Amino acid sequence: MTTIKCDIVSAENAIYSGDVSMVIASGVSGELGIAPRHTPLITRLKPGQVRVHHTDGTEQEFYVSGGILEVQPDLVSVLADTAIRAKDIDEAAAIKAKEEAENLLQDSNKQYDLAQVQADLAKAVAQIQAISRLKKKLKG
Amino acid sequence: MAVGSEIVTKIKSVKSTRKVTTALEMVSASKIKKAQDQMETSRPYVNKIKEMINHLAQATPEYKHPFMQDQKADRVGYIIISTDRGLCGGLNAGLFKQCVINMREWEEQGKKIDVVTVGNKATSMFKNSSVNLKANISSLGDNPKLAELIGVVKVMLDAYTQGEVSHVYLAFNDFVNTMTQKPTVDQLLPLPAGEEQVSRDNWDYLYEPDAQDVLDNLMTRYIESLVYQGVLENLASEHAARMVAMKSATDNASDLIKDLQLVYNKARQAAITQEISEIVSGAAAV
Repeated sequence: MTTIKCDIVSAENAIYSGDVSMVIASGVSGELGIAPRHTPLITRLKPGQVRVHHTDGTEQEFYVSGGILEVQPDLVSVLADTAIRAKDIDEAAAIKAKEEAENLLQDSNKQYDLAQVQADLAKAVAQIQAISRLKKKLKG
Repeated sequence: MAVGSEIVTKIKSVKSTRKVTTALEMVSASKIKKAQDQMETSRPYVNKIKEMINHLAQATPEYKHPFMQDQKADRVGYIIISTDRGLCGGLNAGLFKQCVINMREWEEQGKKIDVVTVGNKATSMFKNSSVNLKANISSLGDNPKLAELIGVVKVMLDAYTQGEVSHVYLAFNDFVNTMTQKPTVDQLLPLPAGEEQVSRDNWDYLYEPDAQDVLDNLMTRYIESLVYQGVLENLASEHAARMVAMKSATDNASDLIKDLQLVYNKARQAAITQEISEIVSGAAAV
């Protein structure tokens, strides 16, 4: 029986790798069934399931939140996204990162950062120790 | 009579410090392996995307993605990845030094600097300096997620596509091995032109919906995954550097304890000798 190699990877982990008889995924323009010796193809994936049919007739399902599917005659690669991607969601994330920086810059006068405070504290402790040692010496 | 009680307290305090540094060392040693594994698992994804981009760039020579074109602008952008916590030797300091050297070269050409930071240390370093801090993210922890980076990366990518910055650099500590971490400042954008490939018998993919759309999508993911890899490299470097720093701190503490113990023993012996001689001379006087 002919098989096609299937790799499902994301940036964070390798999800699946193995020889299968068919891969079914939902591309942006419709459902795709990839059998061995399929024409080379690249498509974007919608959030949904990727199903692989094993040679023994069993089926395995994976959920992907979007990504890219690449097909070569003997290989199917799914580059899965690790998060749902949409323009407005990305935009919101960018705005949040910007706001965080702005808050920091505004607060930088009022709020000391921890490292600075710790350094100051260490300096003060050292000074106190030096003074108390000096006092002891003068008394002694 | 308590002999050298100050020394005893001192020894006690150094011993407890040694306990802390030993614990930190062991924690980092166990975390290195995990960070390295994470680096390995993310590599196939990046390589695959790179392959596809190279192919696409050749298949559609008429469409140039903005990331591949040079931009004219009077600002330069940096994405700087640092650790969240200290106690890792000169890891961050070395990286910041590299960054500042690189920035100075641009400033001499009259360019201004925009910075996006990942991690607390970079944020506190650059927020009070003359550079413009555009965005930041921190507290990624030991298990960073790519999703958390989308925001900060987008800030820089948008600045590039809108022609605000002419170059984007990525700065992180490259994990060479446990003993060596290399501070690295790499050019991210414009993307260096893909290496020449051998023509592949004139076949091409079918594209859905079209080549341009696929390429746009791939590009963003490519940059994000590069930054993500940088974060992972930096994480592994952090643990390695902390392990080494804590190991030498532990060794120093052990040396110090040994020295103090010697001083204490000498003092104790001197006190005993003195007491005996006092008793003996007292008895002789009677």
